[in-house]
Parts: sequence; C-alpha cells; structure tokens
Amino acid sequence: MNPRLYPLAATIAIFLLAWGICVAQFPYMLSTRVVGNLLTDNAYLGIVAVGMTLVILSGGIDLSVGSVIAFSGVFIAVMLRDTGMHPLPVFVLLLLITTAFGAAMGWLIYALAMPPFIVTLAGMFLMRGVAYMLTIDSVPINHGFYDMLGKAYWLMPGKGRLTLIGVAMLAVVAVGMLVAHRTRFGAAVFALGGGEATARLMGVRLGATYVRIYAFSGLMAGLAGIVFSIYTRSGYPLATVGTELTAIAAVVIGGTLLTGGSGYVFGTLIGVLTMGLIQTYIVFDGTLSSWWTKIIIGLLLLAFILLQKGLVRFSGAGRPA
Amino acid sequence: MTILRRVAPQLLTLLALVLLVTAFFPEFLRIEVVNGRLVGPVMDILKRGAPVGLLAVGMTLVIATRGIDLSVGAVIAIAGAVAAWAITRDLGLAAALALAFAAGLAAGLWNGVLVAIVGIQPIVATLILMTSGRGIAQLVTEGRILTFSHDGLAFLGSGAVLGIPVPAVLWVATAIAVTLLLRRTALGMLIEAVGVNRNAAALAGVNATVLIIAVYSASGLCAALAGVVATADIRGADSNNAGLWMELDAILAVVIGGNSLLGGRFSIAASLLGALIIQTIDTGILLAGFPSEYNLSIKAVIVLVILVLQSPNLMHHWYALRYFAMRRREAALDPRKEPGT
Repeated sequence: MNPRLYPLAATIAIFLLAWGICVAQFPYMLSTRVVGNLLTDNAYLGIVAVGMTLVILSGGIDLSVGSVIAFSGVFIAVMLRDTGMHPLPVFVLLLLITTAFGAAMGWLIYALAMPPFIVTLAGMFLMRGVAYMLTIDSVPINHGFYDMLGKAYWLMPGKGRLTLIGVAMLAVVAVGMLVAHRTRFGAAVFALGGGEATARLMGVRLGATYVRIYAFSGLMAGLAGIVFSIYTRSGYPLATVGTELTAIAAVVIGGTLLTGGSGYVFGTLIGVLTMGLIQTYIVFDGTLSSWWTKIIIGLLLLAFILLQKGLVRFSGAGRPA
Repeated sequence: MTILRRVAPQLLTLLALVLLVTAFFPEFLRIEVVNGRLVGPVMDILKRGAPVGLLAVGMTLVIATRGIDLSVGAVIAIAGAVAAWAITRDLGLAAALALAFAAGLAAGLWNGVLVAIVGIQPIVATLILMTSGRGIAQLVTEGRILTFSHDGLAFLGSGAVLGIPVPAVLWVATAIAVTLLLRRTALGMLIEAVGVNRNAAALAGVNATVLIIAVYSASGLCAALAGVVATADIRGADSNNAGLWMELDAILAVVIGGNSLLGGRFSIAASLLGALIIQTIDTGILLAGFPSEYNLSIKAVIVLVILVLQSPNLMHHWYALRYFAMRRREAALDPRKEPGT
C-alpha cells in the first residue's frame, strides 16, 4: 500500500474500532437513527472542516471560520427579519460576502507576506465584531422556507432520519474531494503545502492560489453558517466560538499533516465523525461528565499526531535518500 | 538608546492611541488618590492588562524560538482552578501558589517535551493542551465555579502596593526580572540563536533541546501567575471562561511588539507595549463612549492597520525607497559619483 495512505487507513481503522467498542457496549449505536443524528449534528462542522483541510494542505491556517459561521447566522436572521427577502437570495448574498472576505484575507497573506495565523486572527475579530454590530441578541428565524429545509429528511431503514443538512455535508465532502484531488487548483494547493519556493518553480501562480484557497475556506464557512442557521433556526453573534480549533482538530485526526502537502479530504470526514462519536458515546453513557469530551479529544489528537510522526519516520526510512 | 529605537514604533502607536482616546474622553489621563490608592483609567489599564502582559512575557520567548504556545489560556484556567481548590481545602496561600505554579510548570514541560524531544510542530503540540486543558480544569473544579474568600489570595488580584494595583506590580516585576535574567546573561542570545536556526545553534554547542523545554516552561509559569491573578481578581475559578482566547491576545501583543513569528530577535519590552496597546484599545473604546458591540470591529481594524504598517514587504519597500533617496543625496553632494553605481 502507498505509505501516503497509512494515516488515512489508521484514521478509518480507529473510527471503526471506536464504533465497534461503542456498539459492543450500547448495541443501539448501530441503528440508523444514531447515524442520522451523527451526520445532522456535525453537518456544519464537516462542511467547515473541508475548507480547513484545503487551507491546511496548503500549509496555512484559517482562524476566522468560527466567526464567519456566527456572522452568517446573524446576517441571515437579520436580513430575513428586516427586509422580507426570500432566504435563497440572502444565501447567495451571504456566500458572496464570505467568499470575498476569504479572498481578501488570502490576498493580504500573499501581498503583505504576513503569517496566515495573524491575518486570519484579525479576520476572526473583524467578523465577530461585524456580527455584534448587526445585533447582540439571539435572533430567531421564522420563515416557511426555513421550516421546510429544517424538516426535510429521507427516512432510512430503521427509522433513521437522513436530513437535508446531513446530505449537504456529504455532498460538500464529495465536492471537496474532487477539488482537492482532481483539479489543477487542488494540485497547486498540494504544491504550495510542499513549499512556496518549489511551488513557484513548478509554475504555480502563488497570488491566485492564496486568494482561491482562502476564498474557498470563506465559501465553506458561509455554507456551514447557512447549515448551522437551519440547524439552530436562529442567528446569535456568540455562537460557534472556537469552532476553528475543533475543525483543525478534526483535520488533524483525519490524517492531514499540519505542515501541509499531505492529506485527504475524506479523512477529515472521518475525523469529524470520530469526534461526533465521542460526544454521542458520552451522551449514551450518561455518567461521564461533559469535560471528558475535551480531555478525550485532546488525547486522541496526541495519539494521532504520534501515530503520524511514527508513520512519517517509517515511510521516510524506507525511501532512498 | 538602542532599546528606545527598537520600541519607538510601539511607543508612537501607544501615544497616538492615548491622544485619540483623550480627544474623545478628556479625563483619560487623570489619576486621583482614593483611600491611599491611585485611581484612574490609566491604572485600570495597567491592572486589567496584567494577564495578557504576563502571558506576553512567556509568549515572547516561545515565539523567539520559532514556536507558539496556544495552551496558555487553558493553563490560566488550570492554575486558577488548582489555586482555588487548594484555598477551599484550607491548604494555605503558600501551598495554593506552589500547586498553581507546579501545574503551570507541568503544562510547560509537557509542551516543551512534545516540541523539543518528540518533534511535534509547536502549534499542534500546544493545541492538544489547549483542547484538553479546560477539561482538566473542570475536572479539578468538578464543573462548578469554585469561589473562595481568602484575603491573602484576593490581595494578589485586587490589592495595592504603594497605591499601585498588585497585578500591575506583578507583571512589571516579572517582565523586568525575566529581561534582566536573559539580557545580563547569554541566555537571551542563545534563545535567539535557536530561533534563527535550531540545527546551526545545536552544532555551535547550544543545548537547543533543554532551551526549548525551558522557554515553554517559562511560558507555563507566566500563564500560571496570570491564572492566579485572574482567579484572585474575581475570587473564584471559572474553568470555562478564565483566560478564554487570551492566548490570541498574547500572540497579538507579541506580534504588535514587532517580534517575528519566524523566531530570532525578540524584545520583551516591545511585547509589553503591545499588550498595553491592546488593553488601551479595549478600555479606550469603552471610555470613548462607543457601544461595546463596536469593540471587536474597531480592534480588528486597528490591528490590521498596525500589521500592514509592520508588514515585511512594506518595510522592504520602505528601506528600498530610503536607500535610493540616500544614494541620490550622496550623488548630489558628490558630483563625480553617478547614482546607482
């Protein structure tokens, strides 16, 4: 097997093992209801993690996504409340804004040669700030179209509900896989993750690639914001604080190297589901306190990083120098 | 004088901010003596800036070695929880402080070992403790907000020495002590050497591994002190909110201080000015009478402006312009020399 596939294989193996343990203890975990809920509850995280995967593959980081999700929810809620527009044009407008915002950050990172960490940190403050300026309250969304979106689901065998937003997440992951692994842009992202100098020598247009990467992440964060607003039926400027770090953790657990240049979008989906599984297990168990989620996710992160470290050394040793 | 030149941009920024705030709020610089204490917006900034200022000291060192410490916010929560736990168990102030510092040191050692020995990227290595640290703090407080009434510990958060708030004294003292330790010995230079090129430094005989572990430990200790101050200030340990997102402010303070995230030369004084700039923005926006919901947006814009001004590319253009201007001036003084030769 290709050594590059080892982290992905390890991720999938650990996910299946964890699920096996859960099922052994609570047989009901195997039901499609639990699967449906797992997809629905983590839909927004899965979407935003796809964008984060591309950013991390390029060797960057995007700290602004949590704020962008919160901004999206607030923007949609306020627009629907104050203008009486149909949600669909609002969605289009929102996606344009978040994509342009991401593109602007990408341009700043390239043009000013500033670390992505700092530029997206400023972007995080800015988006959260704009969300506050729109409203400081939680604004409910009452619209017939939203009720329809929120209630749309397909019944799976075993009465599990495959909701629209769960399907949306799976579709976004599929698109993300195509973009990352089957397009010229995806190849440029991987090249950039290998190193800026080498990417330039390969003929990658650095500026355009930086702009597109962060624009893509902004687009994904906007989509995640829409899904989150369907999920919660409200917009709240304090929502999804720290989601960027959860997304980064999911990407790392999914087997993508944080140094960039190596990883799979599909692994990110497994990373998101693994984290969702831990939470589901804690809910099923009922005696464990919620803080164990954080500690276990931290330990899981450590385990994955050590595993990757070992694999990289292992596969590196086999390669001729 | 060199130090003044190094921190001049930060000093000017701070001065401009102070003038700006004073224009909106004329009482800004007024300091009164009330009950033997100095009271006023400036003292408030010095006091409230203490946690970020303390974190910035440790963060400067970590960033100088080309690292980053995302876990300090969580370490604040852990240290605060441990201190409050010890006080509520009647273990006494000395034991509470010792335990809190031990927790901070342990956190720093953990990060340092992961970075220096296991060889994990700093941002990932410290992300582990960042995600699980708050869980550990909640484990200590059992998910509650541990409140206490102990005058000794509360003094560290809200007391005053010679009229100056204790937190302000603590962070200035810590900064001076660390600066003296690093600059009166070769330690500071060795840290810079590791940050510029770890392999080269190791080949030159610098024990880079021990040094990196030491800077993360220092960062952990600074975070522990910040945690004790934050907990003492509100007389309670709130594992969910103590030090929340403070690591970002601390990193920002270091960056505004003109220290490169790529390691190398560092200035603790400049980082502290960065911390003061952030706190002045925070407090100033409120005093100037803007609604608090504008706080983050204004902060983001100011930070963006500062970053653009400090951008390596922009500086590069600026130096190039100055260089050509100098050449032209020389050429004008000396007609034999052609410009550009």
